[in-house]
Amino acid sequence: MRERYEAVIGLEVHAQLLTRSKIFCGCSTRFGAPPNANTCPVCLALPGTLPVLNREVVSAAVRLGLAVGSTISRQSRFARKNYFYPDLPKGYQISQYEQPICLGGAVPVHLDGVARSFALTRIHMEEDAGKLIHQAGRGESLVDFNRTGVPLLEIVSEPDLRSSAEAGAYLKSLRGIVQYLGICDGNMEEGSFRCDANVSVRPVGATELGTKAELKNLNSFRNVQRAIDFEIERQIDVLLHGGAVVQETRLFDATTGATRSMRSKEEAHDYRYFPDPDLLPVTIDEAWIESLRESQPELPEARYRRFVEAYGLSAYDADVLTDSRELGDYFEACVSIHENPKRVANWVQTELLGYLNEGNRSIAESPISAANLAEMLNLLESGVISGKMAKTVFSEMAATGSAAKPIVDRIGTQLTDGDALSPIVCAVLDANPGQVEEFLAGKEKVIGFFVGQIMRQTKGRANPQLVNELLRVELARRKETT
Amino acid sequence: MIARGIKQLRRAFDEGETTPEALVDEALRRIESGDSELGAFLHLASEQARKRASDSTLRYRAGNARPLEGIPIALKDVICTAEMPTTCASRLLDGYRPPYSATVVERLEGAGAIIVGKVNNDEFAMGSSTENSGYQLTRNPWDPSRTPGGSSGGSAAAVAARFVPAALGTDTGGSIRQPASFCGIVGLKPTYGRVSRYGLVAYASSLDQIGPLASSAEDCAEILQIVAGGDPRDSTCVTHPVPSYLAELGQPLAGLRLGLPREYWGEGLAPDVASSARGALEVYRELGAELVELELPHTEYAVAAYYLVATAEASSNLARFDGVRYGVRKSAEGGSLLEMYKATRHDGFGSEVKRRIMLGTYALSAGYYDAYYLKALKVRSLIRDDFLRAFARCDAIVGPTMPDVAFPIGAYVDDPLQMYLTDIFTVTANLAGLPAISFPCGVGGGGLPVGLQLIAPAFAESLLLRAVHRYQQATDWHHRVPARYAE
Amino acid sequence: MADERIDLEQIRAIAHLARLRLADDEVEPMRRDINAILGYVDKLNELDTTGVEPMTHVAVERTPMRADEVREQRVIERALGGAPEVSDGSFVVPKVVG
Repeated sequence: MRERYEAVIGLEVHAQLLTRSKIFCGCSTRFGAPPNANTCPVCLALPGTLPVLNREVVSAAVRLGLAVGSTISRQSRFARKNYFYPDLPKGYQISQYEQPICLGGAVPVHLDGVARSFALTRIHMEEDAGKLIHQAGRGESLVDFNRTGVPLLEIVSEPDLRSSAEAGAYLKSLRGIVQYLGICDGNMEEGSFRCDANVSVRPVGATELGTKAELKNLNSFRNVQRAIDFEIERQIDVLLHGGAVVQETRLFDATTGATRSMRSKEEAHDYRYFPDPDLLPVTIDEAWIESLRESQPELPEARYRRFVEAYGLSAYDADVLTDSRELGDYFEACVSIHENPKRVANWVQTELLGYLNEGNRSIAESPISAANLAEMLNLLESGVISGKMAKTVFSEMAATGSAAKPIVDRIGTQLTDGDALSPIVCAVLDANPGQVEEFLAGKEKVIGFFVGQIMRQTKGRANPQLVNELLRVELARRKETT
Repeated sequence: MIARGIKQLRRAFDEGETTPEALVDEALRRIESGDSELGAFLHLASEQARKRASDSTLRYRAGNARPLEGIPIALKDVICTAEMPTTCASRLLDGYRPPYSATVVERLEGAGAIIVGKVNNDEFAMGSSTENSGYQLTRNPWDPSRTPGGSSGGSAAAVAARFVPAALGTDTGGSIRQPASFCGIVGLKPTYGRVSRYGLVAYASSLDQIGPLASSAEDCAEILQIVAGGDPRDSTCVTHPVPSYLAELGQPLAGLRLGLPREYWGEGLAPDVASSARGALEVYRELGAELVELELPHTEYAVAAYYLVATAEASSNLARFDGVRYGVRKSAEGGSLLEMYKATRHDGFGSEVKRRIMLGTYALSAGYYDAYYLKALKVRSLIRDDFLRAFARCDAIVGPTMPDVAFPIGAYVDDPLQMYLTDIFTVTANLAGLPAISFPCGVGGGGLPVGLQLIAPAFAESLLLRAVHRYQQATDWHHRVPARYAE
Repeated sequence: MADERIDLEQIRAIAHLARLRLADDEVEPMRRDINAILGYVDKLNELDTTGVEPMTHVAVERTPMRADEVREQRVIERALGGAPEVSDGSFVVPKVVG
């Protein structure tokens, strides 16, 4: 029964821009200031104040538009979205409505190894609202206008997504793009990259859209997917029981994993959009667009393709390593010093990311610089240290931030001299006659015990392959002599 | 002394005949004795004004006086002043003191002008009689039973009573020119974008302009010279260079083509208004002007378009008065947010403001936007195009400012629409964004002044000031002072 | 009544949208006034505006843009000083139901 329905999902993303000042006034956008410290007459909406547009916001919008292949409107307009709320000091939000700055475009994604893309409806500029702090146990709320007027780009997708997995892939790719452009830090948990989802279901094959619910409070990738999955099932249940889906806003509760209606009797919104008389149309000339186009960085999709083609990485590796601009930069910095890309890819993904994830750190916070990691891999490649030693050196580099060389100088290089190792091999065998007997009786596995003993005595520096060879030669000799 | 005009006052200061201190004293004395009847001032800043005046006196002595040094000026109370209350004549903003000053205030003070106080207006500049003030009535200095007009009624009355040589008003649909006409003084609405709106509490943002009211075109030129010009804080304020209005005042009018729109000179004019206005045309003919008859065919739609555009913008502009950050909050103990909003706005706003917010909200609401707001914007285009065509045939348009002289207090109290209709000749300049000036050109029934209006192409304020200045050199209507306020 | 353009229900809905309380005895006078004005502005429909561009702004120029520089104008102490109700550097409002 359930398979007879399909989900139709559209996402609205709000990306907070990394400008120094707010969109319509000179206040700082700095996060974490005391309440209302970053305010001025304009963003407090004192009577008589007027907005003046921050050029960098337009720049960011155009750059994102260029990155996703939107049509850049040579003329766009700001409009007022009118509604009353204490965090909205003017009683309207300055946004864009009929003539947004970017139309169309598409976000490329990789889903199960297949390259696809999801279409965008529009991208527009707008101002953020302030923050309400609810006083527990008191009948009042506090209003902080620090965030009021922080610039946002709203990125609206077409309702072309059909599953939470597609939604997740789309979001991840879009986040990569804004991060690569350096216009947004993409932090969902802190709210600088926010997502609302419009979800509806309809019988497979239907062309008309079902009634949608708008899901809010989706503050992580995982929660976006959980909320969508829950909502799809909920709506199908409603329909299967002969009910009708109600158009409403629903809040996702991360602890229960459920969505719930925000207001039982939500009033119909009537935002009364109209062109903002305080702001003339925004016009963008060709020269500006060209100069922004020329300064675009390489974007995740292009880098992904380059990583596969130029470095011979697997699709999976390329995907992981291009996930963030910083990680890709780190990888490439390593490869410029250590010429085995696959080895770099392995070390970065398993050792480095493993280590960073454990401490919940980002690549930017890595105690091991790309150059240090690459030099350590050079030592490994040239046999100065063994693979096992490399892990030891890595751990110490991570703990101390040191380069590989001083660590290796201290603990010594790999022992690859058979003449030096032979006496140690003999001594270990002499000290463990019982195990030698077991081996000679055919219990081959005991060789691992000997290797371990030798490694302990050499503090891990012995070349394991050589140790193995020497052990087998010596054991064979002893077998003969008995 | 105050009746002398800014140029003569400056000369008197320079020559030591008098001082800014003495002049400000005289202004304050006149206000204190005359304003209890007139009702022009909402706030009088006597202390500050006297202090500033003594600074100005020193500057004259030191020889570093600025262009408006020591000149007392009154401000319409919709213009923000950091050192004085700004109420917009609304109960909602009772006692409100902005933490910043409007650009025009900074410029006036930077030029040495002395702001003596804030004057009355229709609440949030919505009205044509100053009866919509939340605080007090302002009377017409020529006849206390009549209104001074509005919404800059306090500005016009204070200048007409010679309390101050000049005042700033604001004009959204005629709010400078109409009271100037009713009070027998000169009022100039500059081109939209000529004067910064930063610090002007917005009524209708695409129509509002700040402008001077004074007894002569020359004094208006003095004030405009200081307040005009680009402002990085107002995105709609243009950076075109400001010409020297004063230097251009004296140029002759020979060859000036004055356009007479059929729609402004037809029936509906009071006979005394029509005859005074025609008399002025004769003066212009003698000054060398050529009269051209023409048409502004969409004039009859202007009031309808104006009230839709203005109220739509106003409904949004006044949303910020929600009782959260400033103003007088009304709410019951433990009441909800919604109740707080509604009670604050119910008690704080007067009935005309509420009416306009209602109309504007309706005009923008779902299902009505196209029929009302959008339609009005299209008609606005047609009205602008009327002027563009007319200015191909003339240099300025001339007609009566108002169809009749000042009306009695209470005349339209029960019929807001009839009062709106009297704005027929003034709203067009706002819709088209054009500069327009009203100046006294005669006396009608009951000894009440009649005003004539000139409308010019965008940024041709210089032409308007010159045309009125030349007229005032040839006539003396502008020297008439209401008997009860004559010295 | 043929020329009733707006009814009491609509007046109440608009008043709610505009967050205006109208006392019971204010609703009908408001309806009457708005109705009269709407009746008057209907005259705009005499004009055929097909193909006419709406005039949203007076100026034909583009909006100016400022450089992305922080310029503080700290007025918050004075703003809080004049506010109806404040607490800990914030504005206080009746509890907002989330």
